[in-house]
Amino acid sequence: MSAATLPSSWTISSIRESLLLKTVSARELTAEFFRRIERDNPRINAFLTVCPERAFAAADHVDALIARGESLPPLAGVPVAMKDVLSTAGVRTTCGSKILENYIPPYDATAVSRLESAGAVILGKTNCDEFAMGSSNENSAFGPVQNPAAPGYVPGGSSGGSAAAVAGQLAVAALGTDTGGSIRQPGACCGITALMPTYGRVSRYGLTAFASSLDRIGPLANSVEDAASVLAAMAGRDPLDATSTSAPVPDYRAQCQEPLHGLRLGIPRQYFGEGLDPEVRQKVEEAIAMLEKLGCRRVDLDMPHTDYAIAAYYIIATGEASSNLARYDGVRYGLREPANSLREMYKRTRGRGFGTEVKRRVMLGTYALSAGYYDAYYLRAQKVRALIARDFAEAFQRADVLITPTTPTPAFRIGERTSDPLKMYLADIYTVTGSLAGIPGISVPCGKSTANLPIGLQVFGPHFTESLVLQVAHAYQEAASPLPS
Amino acid sequence: MSITPEEVLRVAELAYLELSEEELHTYRRQLDGILAYIDKLREIDVSAVEPMAQILSAASPDESDSLRDDIVRPDSSGPKILQQAPEGLPPWFRVPRVISR
Repeated sequence: MSAATLPSSWTISSIRESLLLKTVSARELTAEFFRRIERDNPRINAFLTVCPERAFAAADHVDALIARGESLPPLAGVPVAMKDVLSTAGVRTTCGSKILENYIPPYDATAVSRLESAGAVILGKTNCDEFAMGSSNENSAFGPVQNPAAPGYVPGGSSGGSAAAVAGQLAVAALGTDTGGSIRQPGACCGITALMPTYGRVSRYGLTAFASSLDRIGPLANSVEDAASVLAAMAGRDPLDATSTSAPVPDYRAQCQEPLHGLRLGIPRQYFGEGLDPEVRQKVEEAIAMLEKLGCRRVDLDMPHTDYAIAAYYIIATGEASSNLARYDGVRYGLREPANSLREMYKRTRGRGFGTEVKRRVMLGTYALSAGYYDAYYLRAQKVRALIARDFAEAFQRADVLITPTTPTPAFRIGERTSDPLKMYLADIYTVTGSLAGIPGISVPCGKSTANLPIGLQVFGPHFTESLVLQVAHAYQEAASPLPS
Repeated sequence: MSITPEEVLRVAELAYLELSEEELHTYRRQLDGILAYIDKLREIDVSAVEPMAQILSAASPDESDSLRDDIVRPDSSGPKILQQAPEGLPPWFRVPRVISR
């Protein structure tokens, strides 16, 4: 099949079908995605690095399996992109930072190697806010990313490049990371499906640490089914991450297609109050009504500590970040600014290598952890975190899943909010709660605003209920926009 | 409670960050605003609440203390790691002089 006759949009199952029918080879498909990247990336800036050598080697391996008539692994030939905070052996990994501009990891993150073992073809590394700190991708040292669904607008962040790569059809799926909303929020802004799994569900080995008690790796994709397939390929215990759990990994793709039977949808009032854009509210209410039509029951409830989540989150996340980012000292890898003493070398390297937002967060975290302030800030934030987790535990007594907006507003214009960091933080209100509680959450598109900006619907479930969360999201997606079969 | 310029400087020293006068000024103002917002955490009575450091023990109690055995394995990544050093002097990392004599 020549490039001109290839379809523009691909799913994991359409790729599999085409490979088995031999209407396209994995190599041809890979070449097609690199052509798209070459054509569109100068405008979108979703990719920071491409790795054609590695990609074609993986594609050739898939083509060899097909030629020999062997069975194909679940993600065979699927072109994927990796957020640039995930380590890739031999492929530059910048974390969106000048301090790691030329860093080449000696090993693969477990999530990366598992996707590749499942047959995925890794095209390259995607742009992101520096060290995953941000909600707009404007904190990247390598320039902002354009939202393919709305030119001139941010793609969200921090996994903005991953979301834009998928929304712009430069990859069929991508991995992002979520510490306070960094998978779900860009998913909502770009109009795609974005899943944050339970803490511990996916190994963090090889993920550059931001806030270790919060960081998660998860998929961004064009459908819930595809997100389910990617999660299944990378979930499970990894001896290299002591916080990864050995809870069994179900067949997420099969389970997400189960019909909904009398599920209780918890609607927390605190997610529909002041600050919620009326158009977002309306689209989310319409989605809830559709889920009710599909046989779910609405249960309005309260989560009284929601309003404290941002404050608790920004103490915990920055505290952990200030500790994790101590490693960038100019000694073992990354940038070094010359100086006459060791101490001056550390200070100069970090002062010049880190961007504005990273330094702001390191300062805030250092302050909150410093002598005399620990009890007032970090310890208190951890106690409030416990109360937020308790809110969720109580809500899940009354409801099977919770339904909320993903973000209070749709995407904003590039440059619109950069001067006010607190305002940027406050927009994370609906996502940081689930981050603190460690539960899974998914964002699926639920329509567009009158300005044609995508709006996201968020589904939360109890720990390790990815199947349930995916099932609700899938049922909604099918009902809202039936895919052509 | 307002954060003083001296405190901002002290924090920058603790964090090993060389900051310009302008940065110190901007961060003082921004941290002040952020900390004023964070002060809302004081509204809640947390005297009877245990701090939550991580969620693993709540999510999967059986595994909260599972550690792998400490086994020595051969590893050949040393040279690759040293290649990344801004000033490598294999098998060492070189840094500016620490001790003067």
